[in-house]
Amino acid sequence: MTGIWVAVLVTAAGCYAFKLTGLTVPRSVLNNPRVRRFAELVPVALLAALVAVQTFGAGQSLAIDPARLAGLGAAVVALLLRAPFLVVIVVAAGTAAALRALGIA
Amino acid sequence: MTEKTSGLAAASGGPAASVDVPTASGPAAASALPAAGGGPTARPIRDGVGLGLAVGTSGLAFGAAAVGSGLSVAQACVLSLIAFTGASQFALAGSIATGGSLIGGVAGAVLLGSRNALYGLRMTGVLAPRGARRLLIAHGVIDETTAVTLAQPDAASARLAFRATFATLYLTWNLSTLLGAYGAGRLGSPQSLGLDVVGPAAFLALIWPQLRAGRTERAVGLLGAAIALTATPFLPPGVPVILAAMAALAGALATPAPEPTAPEARPAPAEPS
Repeated sequence: MTGIWVAVLVTAAGCYAFKLTGLTVPRSVLNNPRVRRFAELVPVALLAALVAVQTFGAGQSLAIDPARLAGLGAAVVALLLRAPFLVVIVVAAGTAAALRALGIA
Repeated sequence: MTEKTSGLAAASGGPAASVDVPTASGPAAASALPAAGGGPTARPIRDGVGLGLAVGTSGLAFGAAAVGSGLSVAQACVLSLIAFTGASQFALAGSIATGGSLIGGVAGAVLLGSRNALYGLRMTGVLAPRGARRLLIAHGVIDETTAVTLAQPDAASARLAFRATFATLYLTWNLSTLLGAYGAGRLGSPQSLGLDVVGPAAFLALIWPQLRAGRTERAVGLLGAAIALTATPFLPPGVPVILAAMAALAGALATPAPEPTAPEARPAPAEPS
């Protein structure tokens, strides 16, 4: 139990240190056009990666969860129809939940 | 903003003219009215609160998973309070569940948190944190706040969106962690509620404008997703997502920023309508 407490505290300290590091980098670093473009594109790359991993990942393997995939597909349709943000979320979760409740997927 | 425009239009006719010229300012005023009501501050707050509530509820899943993995309710709650970065928290709980070494679990969780440093690099220009406030702002630099903040059209909206997202998400995430930890197993499973799709759908919705904005952004997004999926079977959870930063590097080398495009360098939109 003590070990877990230490793990909890060290994890939190490490995560906070990384958060602070990014905000502490001298702003002159961003004068370089390539660095600035990199910083602009990082969220796109990482968030797209999160979408992919959270959709197809099952621990350290890849799997297709039909309900989850359908939920994300519903989100894409909602986005193409220019639905507001919350509608996109509700449609996605609702689709997955409904398919699972009906035992279809 | 809108009042300023209609005021300018009416100014030629003198102070009282605004009452007398409904026909001249009619269509403009009609279209301006809802914009004024839902004004420039409403959208960032709505986006932030909306995402905070939607994603924050996945704290239920974390609380339940943490207790199922062998953490106490207090440990689950402390982790949500002071680590406050979902992926790292899930990673630590997961490694404790498998009974692997705690050092390995901590290392993986912290490494997973390193992407927040990359987000901070991007956010520092927009949020311009100073002094002691930097210490507080830093705690809120995570996937969701970054996505909502950078989706705003100007720096003022961005700062507002950051605060709204951070505050809402922090409250919701911690409350739902507590509920999930206590109710582990008693609630319906997060999957039965479709909560596992909330994260991906939210992230997709948030980068959607950027994906529509340019070919480079689309290529970087696709490449990032491909890198992460390819690496998933071979690397510990979390690392594939960090590796996806290579896609941003490739995009940056291919198309360096032409001129200062950071939102703080951009003037606030002139509000033509």
